[in-house]
Amino acid sequence: MQAEQVISGEWGGGAFPYRVGHRKLGMWLFIVSDSLTFSALLIGYSYVRASSDNWPTPFPFWPSIIFSSVMTLCLLSSSLTMVMAVKASARGDKAGARKWIWGTILGGASFIVLHLIEWNHLISEGLRPFALPDEWAHRWPGASPLFGATFFAITGLHMFHVFTGLIYLASVAVMVKRLKHEDVEISGLYWHFVDLVWMFVFPMIYLLSVDFKG
Amino acid sequence: MSAHTEEEPHDAGTTKLFVSVWVWLLVMTAVEVFLGYIHFDLKMKLTILLGLSIIKAALIMAYFMHLRFERLSLILTLVPAMVMCICLLFVFFPDSFRSSSLRYKFSGHDQTTGVNP
Repeated sequence: MQAEQVISGEWGGGAFPYRVGHRKLGMWLFIVSDSLTFSALLIGYSYVRASSDNWPTPFPFWPSIIFSSVMTLCLLSSSLTMVMAVKASARGDKAGARKWIWGTILGGASFIVLHLIEWNHLISEGLRPFALPDEWAHRWPGASPLFGATFFAITGLHMFHVFTGLIYLASVAVMVKRLKHEDVEISGLYWHFVDLVWMFVFPMIYLLSVDFKG
Repeated sequence: MSAHTEEEPHDAGTTKLFVSVWVWLLVMTAVEVFLGYIHFDLKMKLTILLGLSIIKAALIMAYFMHLRFERLSLILTLVPAMVMCICLLFVFFPDSFRSSSLRYKFSGHDQTTGVNP
């Protein structure tokens, strides 16, 4: 009697306890695990910075803070277009969903272009993963050379996620007529996660290192 | 495919709601950038910036990722475990403060780091 009650209940099999289906649950679980990866990196960076005597704060308003703020705007807007894509897909408007997804990809691509310009600027100044440019070493004596390592590792891993996300979204956009609505939602979950990580990376890496003289 | 069909997606958010969430995210970002340029106690600055980021993350998860309209069982499966793991990582910070107080002090520079310059 009790066994029958269990089997006929939600956790007895054949039902959807979370009401999301296995693919979406899989994406959520991946997002949780990836959040832990980024948290570990960000907390590792915080640890290194907290234990350092001195840390460079080299980001001038132009170009770094302006660029990174525009990048934040790009990602936030791309999240909005992604939400619109999911809404369009929910009402069966596949062509509309495709258009909105292309808009999302445009936002993400702008992010990557701006970020690569930022990277190029810092690398040409002399920043390396384990070495600071000479001017910085003079300006912030005793500053940890790990500025480069933490900066490139965190922003690099994030940029890799954005890039992979663009390929994922492009595949969804191209195949949208053959895909279910749930698949559009799942790609949206990944993209919002990428945006969510940037919400932490931007203040912790950029805003805490503004160059007040710049 | 199982015999049960998946529940139909419920369209539980209007465009107006999503746009207003987006506007709030932009406003909070602008506040963060503004605060980045104000000189005040680094610990307080860190707390406020991280607090704002957590609020932004919560808004994105709740509305854009639709978590607010999902089953409570899903929220309880995902969120508390993630929060706990992240908080457990904070265990290491006292060691970073100890480590910073052991370092050689280069004199005459502003506090750009940690809590024990």
